[in-house]
Amino acid sequence: MPKFSLFPESASTIAGQVDALFFFMIAVSAFFGLLIAGLIVFLSIRYRRRAGSNEAGDPVHVPIALEAAWTVIPLAITMVMFYWGASVYMTMARPPDDAHEIFVVGKQWMWKLQHLEGRREINELHVPVGQPIKLTMTSEDVIHSFYVPAFRIKSDVVPGRYSTAWFEATQVGTYHLFCAEYCGTEHSQMIGSVIVMDPSDFQTWLSGTDADAGMAASSPKDTGQQLFTQKGCATCHRGVSGSMGPALAGVFGRERTFADGSKAVADEAYLRQSILSPQAHVVAGYQPVMPTFQGQIDEEGMLALIQYIKSLPAETSPGPEKQG
Amino acid sequence: MEPTDKRKHYLNADYGIRSWLLTLDHKRIALLYLISITLMFLLGSLFAVLIRLELLTPAGDFVQADTYNKLFTMHGIVMIFFFLVPSIPAVFGNFLLPLMIGARDLAFPRLNLMSWYVYMVGAAFTMWAVLTGGVDTGWTFYTPYSTTASHSNVMATAIGIFITGFSSILTGLNFIVTIHTMRAPGLTWFRLPLFVWAHYATSLIMILGTPVIAITIFLVGVERAFHLGIFDPALGGDPILFQHLFWFYSHPAVYIMILPSMGVVSEIITCFARRRIFGYGFIAASSLAIAIFGFLVWGHHMFTSTQSVYAALIFSVLSFAVAIPSAVKVFNWTATLYGGSISFQAPMLFALGFIGLFTIGGLTGLFLAALGLDVHVHDTYFVVAHFHYIMVGGALMGYLGAVHFWWPKITGRMYSEWAARVSAVLVFVGFNLTFFPQFVLGYLGMPRRYHAYPDEFQVLNVMSTTGASILGVGYMVPLCYLIWSLWRGAVAAPNPWRATGLEWQTPSPPPTENFARTPVVTEEAYAYPLKEAELV
Repeated sequence: MPKFSLFPESASTIAGQVDALFFFMIAVSAFFGLLIAGLIVFLSIRYRRRAGSNEAGDPVHVPIALEAAWTVIPLAITMVMFYWGASVYMTMARPPDDAHEIFVVGKQWMWKLQHLEGRREINELHVPVGQPIKLTMTSEDVIHSFYVPAFRIKSDVVPGRYSTAWFEATQVGTYHLFCAEYCGTEHSQMIGSVIVMDPSDFQTWLSGTDADAGMAASSPKDTGQQLFTQKGCATCHRGVSGSMGPALAGVFGRERTFADGSKAVADEAYLRQSILSPQAHVVAGYQPVMPTFQGQIDEEGMLALIQYIKSLPAETSPGPEKQG
Repeated sequence: MEPTDKRKHYLNADYGIRSWLLTLDHKRIALLYLISITLMFLLGSLFAVLIRLELLTPAGDFVQADTYNKLFTMHGIVMIFFFLVPSIPAVFGNFLLPLMIGARDLAFPRLNLMSWYVYMVGAAFTMWAVLTGGVDTGWTFYTPYSTTASHSNVMATAIGIFITGFSSILTGLNFIVTIHTMRAPGLTWFRLPLFVWAHYATSLIMILGTPVIAITIFLVGVERAFHLGIFDPALGGDPILFQHLFWFYSHPAVYIMILPSMGVVSEIITCFARRRIFGYGFIAASSLAIAIFGFLVWGHHMFTSTQSVYAALIFSVLSFAVAIPSAVKVFNWTATLYGGSISFQAPMLFALGFIGLFTIGGLTGLFLAALGLDVHVHDTYFVVAHFHYIMVGGALMGYLGAVHFWWPKITGRMYSEWAARVSAVLVFVGFNLTFFPQFVLGYLGMPRRYHAYPDEFQVLNVMSTTGASILGVGYMVPLCYLIWSLWRGAVAAPNPWRATGLEWQTPSPPPTENFARTPVVTEEAYAYPLKEAELV
C-alpha cells in the first residue's frame, strides 16, 4: 500500500473499466466546467460596467433553438454516461460461472471470512490471483459494507439478506479492505486486508491450519452436516416418499411450487427463509408443520447449513417431492 | 441602532420582548428565524471544526471514536434540519414574498408565527439530546443501527426532527396560499420574480415530502421504544425499507435547500448585470421540473444496498435526467451576462461563486448517478465533497448572497462593501481548498465517517483542514461587519442597488404594512434598466 498518491491502485479486472468511465466523465465535466467558468470570466470582463456607460441594454432575445440545444445536447451526453455506467454495473452484478465462492459475515466490528475448503479468517482475506471470486455476504447485526478500493467493488452487507459481489484480482499484493457503511463506535477499525497470492502460494496457504484454535479447518459443508444432524432436520427431510418435509437433495437452484400456487427458485435467500420462517412458503403437498429455527443458528452456521444442502447430490429420479 | 429618522417602520413600530415574541409581522418573524438559524449555524460549525481537527492526523487521537461519531451526526442534523432547510425560505422567503408580490403579509400570519415556535420546540428537543450525551447514528439514521444497536440519545433527536418537520410544512403551505391568492394587481404568474417561482417549487416539496420523513422517523421511534419489527430483520422487519422511506424525503430535501438559492441567484445576477433574465420561462419551468423529478430519484442513494439491479437502472437514468433542469438554469444565468453592464459588489461575487461551485457539485453528481462508478465512490469522501459543493458551495453561497443583497432592505443599513468582498473571496478560496481534495480522497477510497484513517490519506486531509480554517474566517468576518453595520453602517436608501422588484419600491426598512398603497404591476420581472422615475 503506497504512502501517498493521487490515484488508487488498480488490481482487479473491473478496475480498468471503472477508471475508463471515470476518465470519460472527468473529460466531459472538465469541458463543461471550464466552458461555464470561461464564459463567466469572459462575459464579466467584456461587459463590465464602465464609468458613464449607458445602462440601457438591448432587449433580450431568447432563441428557442439555443434553449433546445443546451437541453438536448447535455441530455444526450448523460444518456451515454448512463449506458456506460449501467453496463459496468451489470458486469459487477453477474459473477462468472467459474467463480470460487467465499463466505463473508460482518459483525460489529470485524469481518469473518470462510473458504469452502475450511479455512477461516478474520479481517484478512487470502485469494489467488487470476481466479474469479464470488463473495456471499451477510451481517450478524447492523448494516456493513464490504469495500476494496483497489478492486473498485463495494456491496452492503445487510442483516437478514444475502448480498454478493465478485472480483478477479490481477496483481499479487496486499490491499485495503474497508467497512464503508457506518456501523457504530469502531466503524473505522472494521478494516482489514485482501492478500492476493500466486495460485501455488495460495494452495499452500489454504492447506495450512488456522491460528485460531477451536476453529480448526472444518469445511462449511461438514459444519452444515453436523448442524443438520444436531437440529434433527433429517427427522422430516428424510428424502423418501411419505416424509413430513420435502427431500432436499438437488433442491438448490430448482423451481419450487408452493401451496398457494406461487413459484420461486430455491436460492440461498429462499433456503434461509425456509429455515427461519418456514410458514412463509410451504411447498405444495406439505403441511405447514415445520418449527422455526430463529435464534438457534448463527449466520455462519446458516451459511454452512445452506452449503451442505447445496452439496447434496440430485437424486437420479427428479426427486420424491411433488413438483408443480 | 440610533434613531436617524423619525419615520415609523417595522423595526421601531413597537418595542419590548412581547412585541417580538407575539408579532404577526412576517418581517419580524423572519428576523426571529434569522437569529435562531444563525445560532444553529454556529453550533453546526463548531462540530465541523472539531471534525476537521480530528482528521488532521491519521490516528484517532483528538477525540474518542464515540465522540467523533456524535460530532459528525450532530453536524449533519443541525446543519440540514435546523439550518439549511429553513435558511432561505424561513428568513428571506418570509421577509420577501409578501414584499415581492405587493402584499401586506403572508396569507396566515398566525400560522407563520406558530411555525417559528414549532421550529424552536423541535430545536429544543434536539439541543436537549445534544446536551444529554448526543446521538451517534449519522444524520441518516440507518436501521437497524438506529433502532436497536445505538446506545445514544436517538429518541430525543427523532422527536426534535419530527416536530421541526411541521414547521416546514406550515411554512410551505403558507407560501403556496400566499402566492396563489395575494399577488398585486397586474402581477401575473409570468411576471413573478424567479425567487417567487423557486419558493413555490420549494413549498411543494416541503408539503409533499416532509410528511414522509415524519412518518419514517416516527417508525424508527416506535421500533426503538416498543421493539415492533419494522426495520430490524431480527424483529421481522426490513432495513432496506427504511432507506427507501428516508431517501424519498431526503433526496427532495436537497432541492428544498438548493432551489431557494437558485431563486436568489436569479435576482442578483439580473440586478448587477442590469439585464433582463435570459430564458425566464425556462428557469421558472426548470424549478418545477426539479421539484417533480426530484421525487423520482431517491434510489440513487442505494445502488450498493442490495436493491434490485432493474430498480437501480431506472433510478440511474432518472437521476441523469434531473440534472438537465439544473444545467438549463446555469446556461441561462451565464447567458444573462451577455450584453449586460456588470458590476461586482459583494452580492454579485457570492452569486457568481454560487454558479461556479454549484456547477462542480452538479457535474460530480453525474459521477454518482453512473452506476458502475458509484459502486466505487459511494460512501466515500467523493460523496462528502459532492454534497458539500451543492449544500455549502451552492445553498450557503446563495444564502450569503441573499444576506448581502437584502441586508440594506431588512436593516436599513449598509455594511462595509470592502469587507464583504474580502469575505466572498475568503469563502470561495477556503471552500475549494477544503472540499476539492475530498474528491481525490474519495476516489482513492477513503470511506466517510472514519474516525481514524490509513496514513496515505493524511496529506489531502491536512489540505482540507487548512481550507476549513480559511473558510471559517470567511464566515466569521460577515458576522462582525454585519453586526457593526447595525450601529455604524450608512443609512440605506430604499433601492441601493437600483434593482427592479416591488420590495425595492418601499422604504428601507419597510413600514409594517409594507406598502402605503397597493402597487400595480405593469411590466414583466427584471425590466432593466430601471427607469429613473421608479426610484423612490
